[in-house]
Amino acid sequence: MIFTTTYDVMALIKFDHVSKTFSHRGEAKLLRAHIRDRLKAQPKRVFYALKDVSFSLEHGQSLAVIGRNGAGKSTLLSLVAGLCLPSAGQVKVIGRVAPLLQLGSGFHPDMTGMENARLNASLMGLSRKRTEEVLPSIVEFAELDGFLNDTIRTYSTGMVMRLGFSVAVHADADILIIDEVLGVGDERFQAKCFDKIHEFRACGKTLLFVSHGAEMVRQYCETALWLDRGEVMLKGPADQVLEAYADSTQRTSG
Amino acid sequence: MWTGEYSFLLSNLIQKDFKVRYRNMSLGVLWSLLNPLVTMSALTFVFTRIFPTSQPHYPVFVLCGLVPFNFFTLAWSTATSSLIENGAIIRRVPIPREAVPIATVFGNCLHLLIQIALLLSFVIGFGLGINRYWLWLPVVWALEITFVCGLALISSAVNIFVRDTRYVIESVNTLLFWVVPIFYSFSAIPERFHVIYRFNPLAAIVFALRSILMDSTAPAPSLLINLTTVSIGTLAIGLVVFQRLKNDFYDYL
Repeated sequence: MIFTTTYDVMALIKFDHVSKTFSHRGEAKLLRAHIRDRLKAQPKRVFYALKDVSFSLEHGQSLAVIGRNGAGKSTLLSLVAGLCLPSAGQVKVIGRVAPLLQLGSGFHPDMTGMENARLNASLMGLSRKRTEEVLPSIVEFAELDGFLNDTIRTYSTGMVMRLGFSVAVHADADILIIDEVLGVGDERFQAKCFDKIHEFRACGKTLLFVSHGAEMVRQYCETALWLDRGEVMLKGPADQVLEAYADSTQRTSG
Repeated sequence: MWTGEYSFLLSNLIQKDFKVRYRNMSLGVLWSLLNPLVTMSALTFVFTRIFPTSQPHYPVFVLCGLVPFNFFTLAWSTATSSLIENGAIIRRVPIPREAVPIATVFGNCLHLLIQIALLLSFVIGFGLGINRYWLWLPVVWALEITFVCGLALISSAVNIFVRDTRYVIESVNTLLFWVVPIFYSFSAIPERFHVIYRFNPLAAIVFALRSILMDSTAPAPSLLINLTTVSIGTLAIGLVVFQRLKNDFYDYL
């Protein structure tokens, strides 16, 4: 029911020699630091979060992105979600993206569950009418009856995650980005989340999946992309990429 | 890209803003009345008992300055840090980012409405009466909101790159209390300083309010023209600056 999207577009993600650099250390935020940078012409240290990455993902396909911490996975997802622009190359994304990044981080602790759900639906790009239509199923899926008019401050972590996941999957997205968030709630709720993702796959949604868990990758994705220090090490069928990745991690750790 | 409903987004962000602000106050919006009343009483005491002026209806006179000034400083300073405060949202969802500071400015409007009610009840209480020039009031307030939105777009964007912007704005607001004619009138200003007041939108708003509410006259056309030009010009510049800077927000948040 919720998958009858208003946007019947053929989702597409295409990265064409994409690089993303950060030229500051993330602390140059005070006036002092700006002045220091101006006075001392230090050679700028450029950090490549992504370097010359190319891949494309067609409608209905699913791709797993794997790699160690700091490999550039989050940067890649942010580019797909349209949160930042590439420093070089081209990113093309067609279709509505639902970023399931850091579930519930946009919630305000002093607002109730219902208020947060409505706010987040509007942030995800749902219209007023559509939001009122899907709110009941958001609430039902999150299993928060009786707590909806309490402030989020009183919720457990699991409850916040459940609500976050529920809003995201009801956002009428064509492309679903999942970033290792499925440690959501108890096992039963996790199973429910996985069912939901299967449903998405079944109706031809595009899935972009980031995980360390090889089992989950095999289950959801036919292709995989292995990133290391911002560069593509290997891309291809999920099994092959996972095997190569496992080999390399064993080598470095052993 | 974000393809949602702009008005729905904006109304949700505005509601968030004042729900959050007022939920933690036991007397809620009544606090909005306390600050202007205290400042007004203090200024009235000083300028009728210690340095007596010939200005009649002094409390109304002061409120005509305080109400726009209070809204201006509060809306501007809260909107300046709004992008940082909503960083979690901006880092996660590709919403049109200018909606955030603009929603914060509008979130302060409830506060403004209450203070306007206070001002108007003082006007009537002092027997100054209602006149047809009151129809100018919505225009004047709308221009003030436009002006603040423009400034807030610039300062909130700059604040992401230079986090001390917030403190600069606090100092500017302190200075404004003295530079805006809150407790003195235009006629008290020596002529060589008039130019400072001519293009100062906040001063223009205070003058306009006093002519409408106290003198029962329409605001001077030149004043209205300057006010409109500066307010709309500031908003236009704000939108352009914001557009230029917003692509780099993600890297600095």
